[in-house]
Amino acid sequence: MLKVRGLTKKYGDTEVVRGLDLTVRRGECFGLLGPNGAGKTTTLRLLLGLIEPDGGSIELAGIAVPQHAREARMKVGVVPQMDNLDPDFSVRENLLAYGRYFGMSKAAVTARVPELLDFAGLASKADAQIAQLSGGMKRRLTLARALVHDPDILFLDEPTTGLDPQARHLIWQGLRRLINAGKTIVLTTHFMDEAERLTDRLAILDHGRVVAEGAPRALIETHIEPAVVEVFGEGLADWTGQHAADLCQRFETVGETLFCYTSTPDIVIDALKHAPALRYLHRPSNLEDVFLKLTGRDLRD
Amino acid sequence: MNPLFRLPRLSARFIPVWQRNYLVWKKLAIPSILGNLADPMLYMLGLGYGLGSLLPDVGGMPYLTFLAAGTVAYSTMNAATFEVLYSSFSRMHVQRTWDAILNAPMTLDDVMLGELTWAASKSLLSGVAILAVIWGLGLYGNFWMTLWIIPVVALVGFCFGGMGLVMNAVSPSYDFFLYYFTLVITPMVLLCGVFFPVSQLPAAVQGVSAWLPLTHAIDLARPLVVGTVPDNIALHVIALLVYGSLGYIVALALTRRRLLK
Repeated sequence: MLKVRGLTKKYGDTEVVRGLDLTVRRGECFGLLGPNGAGKTTTLRLLLGLIEPDGGSIELAGIAVPQHAREARMKVGVVPQMDNLDPDFSVRENLLAYGRYFGMSKAAVTARVPELLDFAGLASKADAQIAQLSGGMKRRLTLARALVHDPDILFLDEPTTGLDPQARHLIWQGLRRLINAGKTIVLTTHFMDEAERLTDRLAILDHGRVVAEGAPRALIETHIEPAVVEVFGEGLADWTGQHAADLCQRFETVGETLFCYTSTPDIVIDALKHAPALRYLHRPSNLEDVFLKLTGRDLRD
Repeated sequence: MNPLFRLPRLSARFIPVWQRNYLVWKKLAIPSILGNLADPMLYMLGLGYGLGSLLPDVGGMPYLTFLAAGTVAYSTMNAATFEVLYSSFSRMHVQRTWDAILNAPMTLDDVMLGELTWAASKSLLSGVAILAVIWGLGLYGNFWMTLWIIPVVALVGFCFGGMGLVMNAVSPSYDFFLYYFTLVITPMVLLCGVFFPVSQLPAAVQGVSAWLPLTHAIDLARPLVVGTVPDNIALHVIALLVYGSLGYIVALALTRRRLLK
């Protein structure tokens, strides 16, 4: 459905995307993860043909981009990072106007509107103005708008950023339905739970490059020890100095917490019983641990 | 290849963009029409009658007629300029409506052609409303001849729409547009023969005035109000077309740099 080879994009002397290779199969939900500035949004804009790459090739739904970007965009629905619903129109009018941009006849869009409103859970808000909608409703409408022309593939740029947990779950539910209906989805996100929950495969981007790619579970198994013991409390520095290197396969201290990565957490926990001032949290390692291991803990903004 | 500077690719795909603006306008048509028309009409009638009663014929016609002919062009210019400055800027920069449209199979060429044709359409309404006042007050020489003012007004709207889009492309905020009004629009109103004949200006200034688009607009509109065939029609039409097209082409390149970098 999407094939990217050697994609590069430079702004001045800065290479924002550096030789990116990606393959997304039909019906797959694919995640693009990466810290701020990793090149996720730039990549999406390149895939849509909105900006011209400096090198490499893109094939989207079998169509070469940017050479035939317009034809390719006929097959893609986009949910952008920032809401850009048309505030001069009501909910229903937003869908009608957007369908026209795809060359749809009024009858064709009108016929689709009830289904889309239903999908977005906005049937009762059809005539509401955009300013009256909550953040979650706006996102759902943006998602419905992206489906107006029944695209094969959906691009979602941080679809749940800024939403409360209830609203996020509704979006996830909607995306699940789309995946079950056979749509191909490419989404960027900062939320590891979102990526673990939704994506079949994902790529972690850093500095414009793929640093790891695979199914979420497989990435966790390949890149990281199975368990983490987070240790914190009075006297952590001393304890770390004396024991961490012996007990953990890998460890790092971030702020006032020691992250001890290990395949034998029981040994660590036994040792901690002799240090009653310290508290700990034992958990299975997750995608966030992989992400932080591969992209580091430095702030990117 | 520098993709920022290529010639526009025009297509009928601009129509949904035009239609979008039309549908939004339709919701507030009455206040919008009043806002657009009341101001120039009040000036025209107030100055035309008030000042006109003190004046002999100006440019070979009663002052009210002289001013009405100028106001057709002036009012059209203002309507087109306001539309592509404030309204287009809202849609491009504040509401991000253009971004949303560009995710559909539309190009910036389509979006900006839609904006330009919409500005021309809206300003056509302004010009024609002044024309209606001219008809109502019987200020014309030959009714059939005044019908030619309608295409002239559309052309004037196109011209100033294209020019204004350049400002839209480079503006960081609404405040920036004041430069354009103070440095371009207002001087033009005073130099191009809206309120008094260009022949009253010093020779050097007349030379400048001859190059300004509003002068060409008025040189077409005023004879048509009086009922004579304008001189140098081709020159004026081409001048307005060139200003508008160049504006659109430059604005497109600058906006591409702004939005699609």
